[in-house]
Amino acid sequence: MSTALTPVQEFLAERLGPDALEAHAFRGDVTVVVDRERLPEALRWLRDEPWWFEVLTDLTAWDRYPAEPRFEVVYHLLSLRRRERLRIKTRVPGHDPVVPSAVPVFAGANWFEREVWDLFGIRFTGHPNLVRILMPDDWEGHPLRRDYPLTEEPVEFRGHVPKVPSQIVPRVPPPGEDP
Amino acid sequence: MTLARETLTINMGPQHPSTHGVLRLVLELEGEVIVSCQPVIGYLHTGIEKEMENRTYHQNIALVDRIEYLSSYHEELAYCMAVEKLLGVEVPKRAQYIRVILCELNRIASHLVWLGTTGIDLNVSSLLMYCFRDRERILELSEMVSGQRMMPGYFRIGGVAADLPEEFEPAARQFLEEFPRRLDEYEAMLTDNLIWRRRHEGVAVLSREDALAYGVTGPTLRGSGIAYDVRKAFPYSSYDDFEFDVPTGERGDAFDRYRVRMEEMRQSRRIVLQALDRLPLGPVITGDRKVALPPRAELVRSMEAVIHQFKLVSEGIHPPKGEVYAAVESPRGEKGYYIVSDGSNRPVRVRVRAPSFSNLQALPAMVRGGMLADVVVAIASIDIVLGDVDR
Repeated sequence: MSTALTPVQEFLAERLGPDALEAHAFRGDVTVVVDRERLPEALRWLRDEPWWFEVLTDLTAWDRYPAEPRFEVVYHLLSLRRRERLRIKTRVPGHDPVVPSAVPVFAGANWFEREVWDLFGIRFTGHPNLVRILMPDDWEGHPLRRDYPLTEEPVEFRGHVPKVPSQIVPRVPPPGEDP
Repeated sequence: MTLARETLTINMGPQHPSTHGVLRLVLELEGEVIVSCQPVIGYLHTGIEKEMENRTYHQNIALVDRIEYLSSYHEELAYCMAVEKLLGVEVPKRAQYIRVILCELNRIASHLVWLGTTGIDLNVSSLLMYCFRDRERILELSEMVSGQRMMPGYFRIGGVAADLPEEFEPAARQFLEEFPRRLDEYEAMLTDNLIWRRRHEGVAVLSREDALAYGVTGPTLRGSGIAYDVRKAFPYSSYDDFEFDVPTGERGDAFDRYRVRMEEMRQSRRIVLQALDRLPLGPVITGDRKVALPPRAELVRSMEAVIHQFKLVSEGIHPPKGEVYAAVESPRGEKGYYIVSDGSNRPVRVRVRAPSFSNLQALPAMVRGGMLADVVVAIASIDIVLGDVDR
């Protein structure tokens, strides 16, 4: 991990003050962790002059279960003019998984946020149509959460007993937890 | 007397030949004109991302092939590059060139499927046969190299599985020599064809602003006049060694996207020829024994090699803790992998950034205000793979 900050990291650290929680680079990927309340304004600054991170390449999340804050929502931004990528992250606690929506800033965030809601159960306030996108509408649970088991579906023919999750893949306890 | 005007909502798909898979569109029509279009996806959702969290880094190569199944080599390359970035491992030059050769051949094959299926959608059904005839040659080349026509599983973390067989180069060169003539034939048949032009020109226009706002990439973005190509902007796998052009359109209509893809096939051929000419000698997989299996011959001589072999086969690779994003230019656009590692032999999270997903999101903007019949052209012109959309 390098200690020198890139110009855009310095800009965010200065503008956001203590709300820019962390800034680092790993293998050349520049990351800034932003407090979720300040996220929309940070994205808007980055989108416009002088940074021109106009393209939201990707928006996703990952579950740090059982650690807290449980989720990290990850935004990958791309600046075509400056040929630069930037990763913005925000942390969301498991008891209150809510993030302000990025749709007003990037129209393309619409489906990405629906996908994150669908698979992780993170809500985006201000989203125009936050409904499931990949899973069926009546599905229960959010499959990409770490505590959501990987199971086999029952099949039609007889003589097959569906395996329980631990028979398919043994669960690997996260580091720090006793097996 | 006044007539009441009301809109008609119709359902297109999920079983419809021109949706290129299982895509459902809910269309609101006023007469023949589209008022709104709402894509409904998820019919092919297989939970690959969840599945990958439960397998070792190496096992996942077999899974990623199945996402964007028309361009599996790109899929493997993006995944392997992400893991290599996580590990900080160098790929030997020869392996990088071999990867480029196969990816570009794969791009031609994928674009040929796009051309053929677009032909079917527009009632030029003979075109599909021609395109599949040429694509077959590429699949044969793929079989020569990896043993598989599709879903090759040929790239490895740190290189490729085996060196190119002797018969590959002459066969590839022969195909590439014949290919431009074939392309000329198709272009003679289509580019100046009145029906083809009328169905494409001014249809499904995507403005630069919309393209950027929706995060559209690949030929769909370049058709709208933005010359963004991952191979040029963030060169990977030695792409900066080769000369090639990035074609762009101006109006952002279906015809521009058609022309961009046709030109891309010629450029891909150019890249493959350069790579074949300058193919360096040397190993095809990294010598790092913590990443790649030791050569077979070493196993009988060295106890170390046996230990490495055993560790890699039984446990797999243990990348350091961290997160990376790596992207390649697939035939549909920017294909990226975001991998989070906790230091164990299985990824905590593998996110597939799917180009078709973003491109499809721009479809309503393309077809709004257009005619119903043009929806078919719009879908064909963004060249979606539903496996990629739904993952």
